[in-house]
Amino acid sequence: MIEKKNESGPLLIGITGDTLREAFGKTLVKLAERYPNFVVFDADIAGGTGTHHFRKAYPQRFFQFGIAEQNMMAVAGGFASTGVVPFVTTFAVFCLRALEQARLSIAYARRNVKIVASHPGLDVGPDGASAQALEDLAAFRAIPGMVVVSPADPLEVEQATEAILNYEGPVYMRTGRSPARRILSSYYRFELGKGRILWDGRDVTIVACGVEVARALDAAKLLAQEGISARVLNMSTLKPIDTALLVRCAEETGCFVTAEDHNIHGGLSSAVAEALAQTHPCPVEFVGVHDIFGESGEPDELAEKYGLTGSYITAAAKRVLERKRGR
Amino acid sequence: MTLHNLVTIIRRYTLVAIYHAGSGHPGGSLSCVDLLAYLWTKELHWQPANPKNDNRDRFVLSKGHACPALYAAAAEIGLIPHHELLRFRKIGSQLQGHPHVLDTSWVETSTGGSLGQGFSAAIGMAIGLRYKSSSARVYVMLGDGELQEGEVWEGAMCAGHYKLDNLCGIVDYNKMQSDDLNENIMKLEPLRGKWEAFNWHVIEIDGHDFKQMDTAFAEARKTKGKPTMIIAHTIKGKGVSFMEGSPLWHGSVKLRKDELVQALRDLATPEDQIKKYLDGTIWG
Repeated sequence: MIEKKNESGPLLIGITGDTLREAFGKTLVKLAERYPNFVVFDADIAGGTGTHHFRKAYPQRFFQFGIAEQNMMAVAGGFASTGVVPFVTTFAVFCLRALEQARLSIAYARRNVKIVASHPGLDVGPDGASAQALEDLAAFRAIPGMVVVSPADPLEVEQATEAILNYEGPVYMRTGRSPARRILSSYYRFELGKGRILWDGRDVTIVACGVEVARALDAAKLLAQEGISARVLNMSTLKPIDTALLVRCAEETGCFVTAEDHNIHGGLSSAVAEALAQTHPCPVEFVGVHDIFGESGEPDELAEKYGLTGSYITAAAKRVLERKRGR
Repeated sequence: MTLHNLVTIIRRYTLVAIYHAGSGHPGGSLSCVDLLAYLWTKELHWQPANPKNDNRDRFVLSKGHACPALYAAAAEIGLIPHHELLRFRKIGSQLQGHPHVLDTSWVETSTGGSLGQGFSAAIGMAIGLRYKSSSARVYVMLGDGELQEGEVWEGAMCAGHYKLDNLCGIVDYNKMQSDDLNENIMKLEPLRGKWEAFNWHVIEIDGHDFKQMDTAFAEARKTKGKPTMIIAHTIKGKGVSFMEGSPLWHGSVKLRKDELVQALRDLATPEDQIKKYLDGTIWG
């Protein structure tokens, strides 16, 4: 394989800064020597998913499938049956295109395949609604046996990539397109299936995943200024969800706000509500995209227009506190 | 047992399984019996006693709805007890309505009525085996209606691009699909030219002629730098007079008692065995 993008060529758009996809691509390179038994599949979009780093470093372990995601996804199922683990990488919307292949040829056959999707949610920005997958978490969560992960920052991407590689079975993981803030300390440890409390509080728990975790931390600080003590829970594994931790937070704070860059139907909000409804019912407010498609714009502008920023999470926290108090 | 006798028995068992299940696809099962039996008994380097040996040749039935024939053949070569055929499509059975790798480990991947995926999975196996420097080969059988799925042509392009000479496809070209003739639903011709254009070596045979299979599969093994597609011209419902050439028997059908009796007679079943097939006592 040839690394075609040379230094004199056009600037690649949007990959400057610390993005989750770049963190993912660099992590693959870091893991390659220690884990000789994985390969990377690409559908002509390695520059976008971060896997161009791996293509350059390990061309023999990099497989090109062209713009043909359905075939790539089912090929991954068959390939994994020979005992080598493929990372199938493309944009989140194209994973939706190959959803049924992921269902039949990967999940139903219980293949050890890692599907890693960049460009999820409104975080995609200027490409507009056609590329802004707001349904992927819901769709993959509904597939039996599929583990679903959405890390919050570059450090967590790095740890989660290794963790899903060490897990035997099918996984869907979201990365992200836009520069992401580093919010986790070097002491942070990702564990598959576990949520982590990043900021403690006693009045309300804000459960978030992906880019919304940074915004949840913004909200906690805003709420603190108003005397409201909010807890921020990073739920980077959506499935299986950490029900025990949710129950503990329900007992200790009594109400929740969920925050996700995804439709409010079927993603994190639904996963949290499902878990709480069956264990410790309490008021929950949903911050996410309210069942509409996005549009072109910068991620921060879209977050403001579609209600994903820290101030929207703050407002939701106040609403849910009122419900908790029975007003 | 000669291949001729073997395929007659597999055809009987195929229909008996569908009869007892109360549903299943007879037409496209019967059309591929001769090819299936040949592959499993003559072509695949594979040991039933050690079905998960890494260096085994793989066979994928991408037209998963033809699995009654696959199961019948499996029973006859000793992979499953014969009486399991009576449990086909029944709750709790290992013989699912479409092949499932977790229930029947000798099935290489789960395939379905969702067509095209077994073909891609077989390509994945071929790429994986080459990556592992294995000399094992992969065989995949596709239906003709299946070729209307776009994924098949994504896969065709991919296998040609990767020059997968360890991959051999077989099209069970019975010219009919669920509702009608291929040519009335969505034309496939020129079919040979399509595969050649995607960089495949193409061989056309009569899919009921074992001598032609000898030649074709030997040629596929010898072909280097390209995957091979064997376009096997077959007859839908082969071996049963009232099913041959009729698309009515493609879909999942409920086979009536009189229809099974007639079919078993067409397949030279001794009269004293027919009753036992009907009540399921044939295998004790």
